[in-house]
Amino acid sequence: MSLARAGLRTLRSLPSRQVNRATSVLAQRRWLSEEARRQIDSHVKEADVVVFMKGTPDHPECGFSRAVAQILDVQGVPREKMKTFNILQDAELRTNIKEYSEWPTIPQVYVKGEFVGGADIMYSMHKDGSLEKMLVKEEIIEELPELTEEPTQ
Amino acid sequence: MAAADETAELGGTGSTMSIDKRLEEKLRSNLKIDHFDIVDTSGNCGSSFAITVVSPDFAKRMTLARHKMVNQILADEIKALHAFSQKTLTPEQWAAEKGKK
Repeated sequence: MSLARAGLRTLRSLPSRQVNRATSVLAQRRWLSEEARRQIDSHVKEADVVVFMKGTPDHPECGFSRAVAQILDVQGVPREKMKTFNILQDAELRTNIKEYSEWPTIPQVYVKGEFVGGADIMYSMHKDGSLEKMLVKEEIIEELPELTEEPTQ
Repeated sequence: MAAADETAELGGTGSTMSIDKRLEEKLRSNLKIDHFDIVDTSGNCGSSFAITVVSPDFAKRMTLARHKMVNQILADEIKALHAFSQKTLTPEQWAAEKGKK
């Protein structure tokens, strides 16, 4: 199973101080357990847009998380269609979400249960218009006749 | 478990090459690279990087797939970084981007 291999690779590549810290977690969880996978499966569907981030949209605790929250705000994603998880308050989720998505960094954005990307991807999709297109297609935002909220350069 | 987004510890990898060179070397040995650019965004302490990779290998792949290719190649290194940001372009996109400036 590839996740198990990834877990081992992680262990080998780590400085010993981190391995010691990591072993207690890994002893119980060498790869994502069925239970953890099921839990995240349901988390990513709790809203049309689900964001795993550091902090909250009102109080982001990392520049990349802030950027993603701002992009979704500018796109006009209604708060009630969005759910965010503060991974700084859940160490287990912080580890598990990276294995679940096979993506090494936070933030992570899911739309209708599908992983879309992290901050770089959200930013480039925001810039080239494909994010808006996707959000309209998924009926999360309404199509605007004219882009009024797009920042001008 | 070490987290790519938090730890800036770079020991124990058994290489004396600087981290930015190692990132570049690893990408070059796995991808055909037309242009590579790396910026240390941590104020030269080697814990955060933003890279631009221009490769014909990215053709016909969505951005997500491109980023996953890079993430996979650099999996061990990214784990040790505090932050990692990437831009993945095909030579055509790179030319278009340069033309705009």
